[in-house]
Amino acid sequence: MDSREGYFMEKKIYGVMAECGSTTALVEAARKVRDAGYTKTDAFSPFPIHEIDEALGIKRSILPWIVFGGGVSGLLAGIGLQWFVHVFDYPIIVGGRPFFSLPAFIPAAYELTILLAAFGAVFGMIALNQLPQPYHPVFNVPNFSLATSEKFFLLIQSEDEKFSYEDTKRFMSGLNPQEVHDVEE
Amino acid sequence: MQELKEVQSKLRPAMVEGEHSFGSVTEKISDLTLKKKTPFGWFVGFGISFMLAQLLIFTIIYLVYKGIGIWGNNQPIGWAFDIINFVWWIGIGHAGTLISAILLLLNQKWRTSINRFAEAMTLFAVACAGLFPLLHTGRPWLAYWLFPYPNTMGMWPQFRSPLMWDVFAVSTYATVSLLFWYVGLIPDLATLRDRAKNKIYRFVYGLLAMGWRGSARHWHRYEIAYLLLAGLSTPLVLSVHSIVSFDFSVAQLPGWHATIFPPYFVAGAIFAGFAMVLILCIPLRHWYKMQDFITHTHLVYMGKVMLATGLIVVYGYAMEAFFGWYSASQYEFFMIKNRIWEGPYWWSYWLLIFCNGLSIQLLWFKRFRESEFWLFVISLVVSVGMWLERFVIIVTSLHRDFLPSSWAMYSPSMFDWSMYLGTIGFFFTLIFLFVRFLPIISIFEVRTLLPDAEVKGDHGNHH
Repeated sequence: MDSREGYFMEKKIYGVMAECGSTTALVEAARKVRDAGYTKTDAFSPFPIHEIDEALGIKRSILPWIVFGGGVSGLLAGIGLQWFVHVFDYPIIVGGRPFFSLPAFIPAAYELTILLAAFGAVFGMIALNQLPQPYHPVFNVPNFSLATSEKFFLLIQSEDEKFSYEDTKRFMSGLNPQEVHDVEE
Repeated sequence: MQELKEVQSKLRPAMVEGEHSFGSVTEKISDLTLKKKTPFGWFVGFGISFMLAQLLIFTIIYLVYKGIGIWGNNQPIGWAFDIINFVWWIGIGHAGTLISAILLLLNQKWRTSINRFAEAMTLFAVACAGLFPLLHTGRPWLAYWLFPYPNTMGMWPQFRSPLMWDVFAVSTYATVSLLFWYVGLIPDLATLRDRAKNKIYRFVYGLLAMGWRGSARHWHRYEIAYLLLAGLSTPLVLSVHSIVSFDFSVAQLPGWHATIFPPYFVAGAIFAGFAMVLILCIPLRHWYKMQDFITHTHLVYMGKVMLATGLIVVYGYAMEAFFGWYSASQYEFFMIKNRIWEGPYWWSYWLLIFCNGLSIQLLWFKRFRESEFWLFVISLVVSVGMWLERFVIIVTSLHRDFLPSSWAMYSPSMFDWSMYLGTIGFFFTLIFLFVRFLPIISIFEVRTLLPDAEVKGDHGNHH
């Protein structure tokens, strides 16, 4: 950030970020942030920490419903396709079986159920997470590259109603972090 | 609660050995890709595999030019190496999904350090498997006819045919395995992106990581997605080999038309797959010094799974013979007699019993189960055995048809062998590339195994 713009215009602040050294420190800090009433917050860790959901007040994702929807549509598409092919569009008697021979239609419908449910899980997760997102302000923090190996970060965004640069930064410092960083836009 | 945990930790050995922190785990695994000099052995292994893969390319070119007559297939043995190898490869793939999905659902922590390359093994094995039925169609450039799409011929595929079920099962399996593998890789790709010094590496890993930043909200959805994918892969993997077995059991041929086929095939697949995982991971942990993560305990557990699934397979052989006799059908009983002692291929049956039935009995003994050398040897023997199993099922059932006038013998041509060896080369080429360019062990999952990953003094500050 050696840009000279800073001399002439105010730096745009995306938020304030605390760096923690352990999972325990992160979760404790996150609880305090939540209890202080901040809502536009996030935590960053090199692996999933289950306690953080409750500590930050993260609501359960709707993802399972997307997966369920994918599965149901796969099943209906599978049965529907085979009905269309073998009953409606091109009925032909094979081995004396009825046109709508459901037992023989199960394998393809079953596989399509799983395929579309899996698409729901993967693409649903990617979409809800708003990925791919090559740029994000948090990447501007130099130490943030450690978030994918060994460090833990807690962020309060400037969008938060309670956010005021000075107070929030002071509050963050009181959480006993290893360091507090400004996140520039 | 605390006591329970202590007891558990005594019963279940630690899955990461040595003193490790988040940083050291990250460094040790990612340095293989980013920093360490590629070992000389890698070039030798890759070179040999790549040369064998050329054999595959030559065979395919000649096959497409000349037709499948270059194979040894005849009438009545219309299925031979092509289908044997297809089933063999796809079976090998199954252990990868078992490790990554079923063991995840069963909360078996030991899966964590072997799941990544077991999944890679699945993908590459399925890629090899897919080649055989594709080329077996004779005109592979028309293979898209297998998919239901509206066309000017006004034709549709026949969904009552097990071969159609195969198309859906195998393509779904390949797709879902790829997605599962990729989803598992995303956080590790982000680690590589953040640690890479080389610009090209940064760019490529960055592209693949899609901007992953380890946000708690992302992890939350990520874990749900991962768990659901495991839940979906479990019935999927069981269905794939069941459907492969339907290719046989729906036909009326003695030796194929048996109700035991689906579970027997699935057990055989997992058996063969664990053998392949052991074949890959014993040298890998040695050469890359990953003994801290792929511990001795891992090998012993895999040996036990191999023994258990092997016994199920042996039970299958016993039941096949029993059904042949108990059916009171002369054709069924003739098939069994012909397969075991009267026919010209009796030796393949007994070789199979030796490889899959007898050799694994050594695993009952600690001495063999705990020895890397013996585990490796037994795994090789089992891989041969599982190949022979498909040979026995396919060739010895077909070569003595209902009518003695149509009886024949089968011998593979050199192109059968070159294609088989070629796929082995192709498989190992992909494995070597994977080992070189991607983290062979799931870094983020190994981090969760460390004691520091636990949140301490958590009195549950719940609302």
